[in-house]
Amino acid sequence: MNFIDNPRRLRGFEKHIRVEKVSRRSILKGLGITGGFVLAAPVMSRQALAYETGAGKMPHGVVVDPRVFVSVAPDGIVTIVGHRSEMGTGVRTSLPLIVAEEMEADWSRVKVQQAHGDEVKFGNQDTDGSRSTRHYLIPMRQIGASARTMLEQAAAKRWGVAATEVKAVNHEVVHSASGRKLGFGELAGDAAKESVPSVEGLKLKDPKDFRYLGKGQVGIVDLHDITTGKARYGADVRLPGMKYAVIARPPVTGGKLVKFEPEEALKVPGVEKVMQVQGWPWPSKFQPLGGVAVIARNTGAAIKGRDALKLVWDDGPNGKYDSVAYRKELEEASRKSGLVLRKEGDADAALKGADKVIVGEYYIPHLAHVSMEPPVAVADVKGDKAEIWAPVQSPGGTREDVAKTLGIPEQNVTVNVTLLGGGFGRKSKCDFALEAALLSKELGAPVKVQWTREDDIHNGFLHTVSVERIEAGLDKSGKVIAWRHRSVAPSIASTFAAGTVHQAPFEIGMGLVDMPFEIANISCENPEAAAHTRIGWFRSVSNIPRAFAVQSMVGEIAQATGRDQKDMLLELIGSPRIVKPNVKDLWNYGEPQDSYPIDTARLRKVVELVAEKGEWGRKVPKGHGLGIAVHRSFVSYIATIVEVAVDDKGKLSVPRVDTAIDCGTYVNPERIASQIEGAAIMGLSLAKYGEITFKDGKVQQKNFDDFQVVRMDDSPVVTNVYIVPPGPDTPPSGVGEPGVPPFAPALINAIFAATGKRIRSLPIGKQLEA
Amino acid sequence: MIKVKINGQEQSWDGDPDLPLLWFLRDEAGLTGTKYGCGQALCGACTVIVDKEAVRACITSVNDVAGREVTTIEGLHPNGDHPVQKAWRQVNVPQCGFCQAGQIMQAAALLMDNPKPSHDQIREAMSGNICRCGCYQRIENAVHLASTGV
Ligand code: FES
Ligand code: FES
Repeated sequence: MNFIDNPRRLRGFEKHIRVEKVSRRSILKGLGITGGFVLAAPVMSRQALAYETGAGKMPHGVVVDPRVFVSVAPDGIVTIVGHRSEMGTGVRTSLPLIVAEEMEADWSRVKVQQAHGDEVKFGNQDTDGSRSTRHYLIPMRQIGASARTMLEQAAAKRWGVAATEVKAVNHEVVHSASGRKLGFGELAGDAAKESVPSVEGLKLKDPKDFRYLGKGQVGIVDLHDITTGKARYGADVRLPGMKYAVIARPPVTGGKLVKFEPEEALKVPGVEKVMQVQGWPWPSKFQPLGGVAVIARNTGAAIKGRDALKLVWDDGPNGKYDSVAYRKELEEASRKSGLVLRKEGDADAALKGADKVIVGEYYIPHLAHVSMEPPVAVADVKGDKAEIWAPVQSPGGTREDVAKTLGIPEQNVTVNVTLLGGGFGRKSKCDFALEAALLSKELGAPVKVQWTREDDIHNGFLHTVSVERIEAGLDKSGKVIAWRHRSVAPSIASTFAAGTVHQAPFEIGMGLVDMPFEIANISCENPEAAAHTRIGWFRSVSNIPRAFAVQSMVGEIAQATGRDQKDMLLELIGSPRIVKPNVKDLWNYGEPQDSYPIDTARLRKVVELVAEKGEWGRKVPKGHGLGIAVHRSFVSYIATIVEVAVDDKGKLSVPRVDTAIDCGTYVNPERIASQIEGAAIMGLSLAKYGEITFKDGKVQQKNFDDFQVVRMDDSPVVTNVYIVPPGPDTPPSGVGEPGVPPFAPALINAIFAATGKRIRSLPIGKQLEA
Repeated sequence: MIKVKINGQEQSWDGDPDLPLLWFLRDEAGLTGTKYGCGQALCGACTVIVDKEAVRACITSVNDVAGREVTTIEGLHPNGDHPVQKAWRQVNVPQCGFCQAGQIMQAAALLMDNPKPSHDQIREAMSGNICRCGCYQRIENAVHLASTGV
C-alpha cells in the first residue's frame, strides 16, 4: 500500500505543503479533555501577548492546561511535563524551566517527566523546524501562571483572605500582611480542586522579576545522568525477553528483494531466526524499505549473522543513479530558465544591459545526518496493542504511523520517547520504529531494531544535492542592479509523491525567494530535478546551499569590485526596512509575517555586532584570512566571521569563529551558545568533508572513515557567541538550525581572503592542495 | 567459559568468544552506558578502560579481555564524581550526550597517563572521539579543568 494514495494524513509533508488542509486540521479536534481547557489556536490573542505564532497551525495545535503539564506532590516536588524531544538542544530543560519560572517553583525541587506521544493531550510534539521556544514560550508561561494562580487561590481560601493579598514566591505562597506562608506541597491537594483560570485573565510575571529566563545558570536536567552513563537513549531500552535485530535493506532506493539464503546466518552463534521484513514501494513517506532481518540474542550476533546472509536484489528504477552524471544534469538545468518564483523588475533585461555580470555556480552534494546514535527502536506488539520506545523527533506522527502500519487504532499505540543521541532531522522519520513494530508483531516478542552506522549512511533520508547558480549584474558604478538565482535540487516532497520535480514552498522559502537584498531587478527560478533516492530534512535544510551561494556571491562581488566584504554585504542589504518579496504565498517558516517579517534592520544589526565583537578587519598572520556571511533562517538572524589559516600544503584550520545571533526573546543563553558552537562544527564538517555520492544507485560511503566529520584536532580553536538583547516584545525565534548556514560561506570567503582561491563546489576536500 | 572483571565484578560468558566486548557489555551484562556509534573504532563512543588503557570496545572481543579488568562509565566513580565527570558538569559539556561516556572515559585515561596535558596534547588524544553535536571546545575546557583540579 502506498500512503501517498491514501487520503488519510500525510504527516510532516502536509503541514508544510498543503496549507489548506493544515488549517482545516488545526481546528482542533479532540477538544474534549474533561476538566482541562484546551485552546483553539492561536492561543495568543494579540492584545494579551503582542504577537502571534504559527503554533496553532501545527497538527493538534497548542494545549494550555496546567493539569496536563504540572503536578505538585504533597512533599513539594513539582513535576513538569516536557512534551518535545530532547536531541541536544536543551529543550527538555528549557520548556519546563519556563513553567517553573512563571509558577514560582524552585528549580531544585522540579522533576521533568517526558511526555509520551499524544498530541490530543499535549498539543503538537514535532520537534523540528527550530520551533519549540518560538511556539511554546508563551503557552508555557501561561501554564505556569495558571498553576501559580491556582496555588495562590488555594492559600487565600485556607487563610480566608482575598487572593490579591497573597503571592507565590519561590515554592511557597506568602500572605505578607500576616507573615503566613504555605509551601506548594502543603497546598497541592487544595490547588488541584481550584478551577483553571481563563487565559485572558492571567497575570504573567514582569520580566524584570525573572529568576531563570534569559539567565543561563541552569544546567540541563540530564547532565548528571549523561556524565554517569545512566541517561537512557533509544539504544538503551531493554525489555524482558527482548530480541535483537538488524536488517539487510535494499541497497538502492526502490529496490526489492529477489531471494535470500539464511543458512549461513543461522549457523552464527546467538542467531535465532532470519525473516523477511515488509517493504513499501518508493516513494512512501517514512514506510520501511523492507529486506531481511536477522534476530539474535544480542546485537553483535545479529550483525555477524547479517554479514553471512546471501542476498539477491532487484535494484529497480534508481539502479543507475550516478552522482557525477547527476551533477552535470543539475548544472545544465541551472543554465536554462526554470519555473519563476519571484520576479521584481526585469532581471533578464538588466543582466543584458549590465556593465559587468558575475556568475557563480555553486554545488553542494548529498549529506548524511550521522547522528551519533544511529536509528534504533524497541517495539512490543501484543494483539492489537503496541508499545514503542524510540528516539523520535515526532512522537505523535510515530504513533499515527505505527497504528496505520499495524492496522490498529491509534489509542492502542503507546510511544515512549527516550533521549535522542542526536537527531538533525533524521529522527523526524520514524521508519525504524515501524520496522521494530512489524518485527515484534510477527515474532510475538519485544524486539530492538538497531541500525548500524553503515545502514544509517546507506539507507537514510539524505540532505538534497543542489546546484545554485547566481548571476549578478553590475552597473558602471559597481552597484548591483540585477540578481538571477536558479536553484536546482531534488525536493523532500519527492519522498512523499512520485514524479515531484519542483521544490516545495518550504524549500524555496529557505533563502531563495526570501533573499533580502535591495536590488531593483530580481528573478528567482526553480528548474526541474527528479529524485533518485530518499531526500529528507537535514538540520537547516535548503538554507545550507542557499546561504552558501548567496553569501559566496557577495564575496565574489566584493572581490570583483575591490570592496570590503562587510561593506559590500551591508550595501546589498540596503536600507533598514521590511522586505516583501513579490512571491505568491511566501512561506515564512510557518509564521505570520506580522510577527516575523523579513527585517533588514535586524539583519544589519547582527552583521554590525559580529563585525565589532569579532574585530572585523583585524590584522591576521600570513596565510590567514577573514570571511563573513549573514543569513536569516527559522526567523532568526545570524552573522558569522571565520578566521581561517591555510598552510603551504593547503591544509586548513580555523583559529577563531565569531557569531552574532538575534533570536528574539530567549530562554537559555547558555544552550544558545552551545547550539552555535556545535553549528560551527557541523558547518565546518560539511564544508570540509561532507559528501555522499552514488554509483549504480548505491551510496559509496559507509562509515566515519569515508564520510568524515570534524574531530577535535581540526575543530575551531575558539567560537565566540554574541546574542542580541531582545526588544521588550520581540517574539522568540529559532536557535537549533540557524547557526549552520552562514558558516560555510564565511569560511569560503575567508579562504579567498587567505589564498585568492574561490571555492564554488563543496566539500573543499583537496581543492586547496597544490 | 570466559571470565572478565567489569567494574570490580566478576562476569562470565560462554557464548561466542569473538563477540565484541561492546555488545557483551550492553546486551548481555546490561551496562548500556557504553555506546555504539560506528563499530569500526572510528568514533570512540564505545571507549572503556581496560586495565589502565582506553580501548574501543567495538573491536575488542570478550576473549581479548579474559582475566582483565574492564572499567565502564558506570564504574568510573561510585557517585559519578570522578574529576572528569565533575569538570564535565561544571563546563556544561554535553548536548545530546550520546558520545559523552566515550569522551569521559578517553579523558580519564588521558589524565592517568598525562596529568597535565597541553592544548595540543588534549586535541590529539581526544581526536578519536567524534561528537557530532560539536562539543569539542567545551570538552577541551573540561579536560583542562579536570587536570587542574575541579
Ligand atoms: S563504536 Fe567503537 S569506536 Fe565507534
Ligand atoms: S553530545 Fe551529541 S554527539 Fe556529542
